[in-house]
Amino acid sequence: MMVTARNFAGSYTDPARLVTVEYPEERLPQIENARTFPFLVYDGENAQAGLRCVACQICEKECPPQCIYIVKDTTKKRDHAGKLQMQPKIFDIDISVCMGCQICVEVCPFDAIKMDVAFEHSTGDRFGRLLLHKEDLAKPNSYYQRIHPTEAAETDARMAMERAKAEAKAKEMAAKVAKATETFDPGKTPGA
Amino acid sequence: MGPHHPSTHGVFRMDVVLEGETVVKLKPVFGYLHRNHEKIAEGTSYLGSMPYTDRLDYFCSLTNNWAYALAVEKLAGLQVPERAEYLRVITAELTRLQNHTCLIGFLVQDMGALGTPLMYAFREREKILDLFEELTGARMMCNYMRFGGCRCDAPSGWLERVKRVVAEYPRFLDEYEKLFTENEILMARTQGVGVLPGALAVNAGITGPMLRASGVNYDLRKVDRYGIYGRFSFRVPLGAHGDVYDRYMVRLLEMRESVKILEQALRDIPAGPVMDSKAKLRGFRPKPGEAYGRIEAPKGELGFYLISDGGPNPYRYRVRPPSFINLTVLEDMCVGQKVADVVIILGSVDIVLGEVDR
Repeated sequence: MMVTARNFAGSYTDPARLVTVEYPEERLPQIENARTFPFLVYDGENAQAGLRCVACQICEKECPPQCIYIVKDTTKKRDHAGKLQMQPKIFDIDISVCMGCQICVEVCPFDAIKMDVAFEHSTGDRFGRLLLHKEDLAKPNSYYQRIHPTEAAETDARMAMERAKAEAKAKEMAAKVAKATETFDPGKTPGA
Repeated sequence: MGPHHPSTHGVFRMDVVLEGETVVKLKPVFGYLHRNHEKIAEGTSYLGSMPYTDRLDYFCSLTNNWAYALAVEKLAGLQVPERAEYLRVITAELTRLQNHTCLIGFLVQDMGALGTPLMYAFREREKILDLFEELTGARMMCNYMRFGGCRCDAPSGWLERVKRVVAEYPRFLDEYEKLFTENEILMARTQGVGVLPGALAVNAGITGPMLRASGVNYDLRKVDRYGIYGRFSFRVPLGAHGDVYDRYMVRLLEMRESVKILEQALRDIPAGPVMDSKAKLRGFRPKPGEAYGRIEAPKGELGFYLISDGGPNPYRYRVRPPSFINLTVLEDMCVGQKVADVVIILGSVDIVLGEVDR
């Protein structure tokens, strides 16, 4: 009886147990590691042009419940390091099937797919609205930085390094080409 | 009885033959939740089965992860870094704490203590689930361990928060003991009820707290010393009669030992990487061979038996689930008891149907 009485009194006086969060007006602080469903990251302003996904279909193959569906586009585009890459024409995730295991995130070699923290997906439509398309899934890098700051900082640093490497390589190549053109310029008189 | 009986914790039914109020015959009927886990795992990659193991015993997803990771590590010959081993012990013991806490809550609820004790149990469990969410990203479907380590390191301040929760836990256990251990109703309803003799338990392959309540000293953490359990000093609590009361007491004492292990692990955890550098996620193909990884899950011996043919997915995948095997002696425990006792005896077995039906 004493224990029950103490617990009863505690529920009125213990500061840790007084708090009721009045959702949806109030919300609990977001946990950085939390995960719900995947989303696609894009760089810059344009969701279509900046999409990091190169439609390699690894996530589609590795997804345990098989809820990702990808169709490749015929045209290619340049990625953050300037390399020509494929892009997805269709990228769908059926979140009524997705189990939020984040295996797609782990296997993605392009940092293109990440876990979201949004959980309010309820809809009146039982089938259509739970199939998210490329347009619904694409979210800017700034959003990713906001929800998972530590992880995003690491990703950005890694990508910046890759870009710097690619740029250095491109510069080196350009210098080589320039030098080669200079040496073999037929218009120039040697020794002039 | 069932499947909507409050003590059947899910989808489970018992065919009971009664003589008056005494049980003459009993047959557990299950299979309503079957999801073909083993067959699905044979069709997906080694990594892809990891999130499915969470869904076996959904109360203890982290121990399930560990057992599966252990089997694959044995198969592929991977080494686990020190820090990851400690993180595994910490998460597994936290899982044991919350599983046993809830079990006692459910058990007294089966006896008619509606609400309050279970609410206390869930209050404590919530604190541990918060820790899991911070570490793994999910509260129940953690999907945290990987072959050759853990998916990520603990976030900053997490170990301190675990320390705080663990330090508070003995106080809660004292409270629990004060409520139940000497409680007249609990003693009357559980002592001498559902007796399982040690010899029968051994013959039936019963493991975990149920076996130890029957007085058999068998704990894989001591016998097998998987992971780094050889480094911790803790005792294995044993029962004497093998009745429901002993099963309750063994679990309560086990939680105190878990707190001891946690304190030691939190004290000694080193810095360093959490993944083996040789381990890879994509294109993981272990050499042909077979392996059996087993751990002392909160419910008993949980084992994964794998055969590899060198392909990207297991050729054969089989789970040895403790809940399922512990259910096999239900009839032996129930025959001769009153029908009201069946509910409590089932509660003391500690089953999760996700694991029974797989």
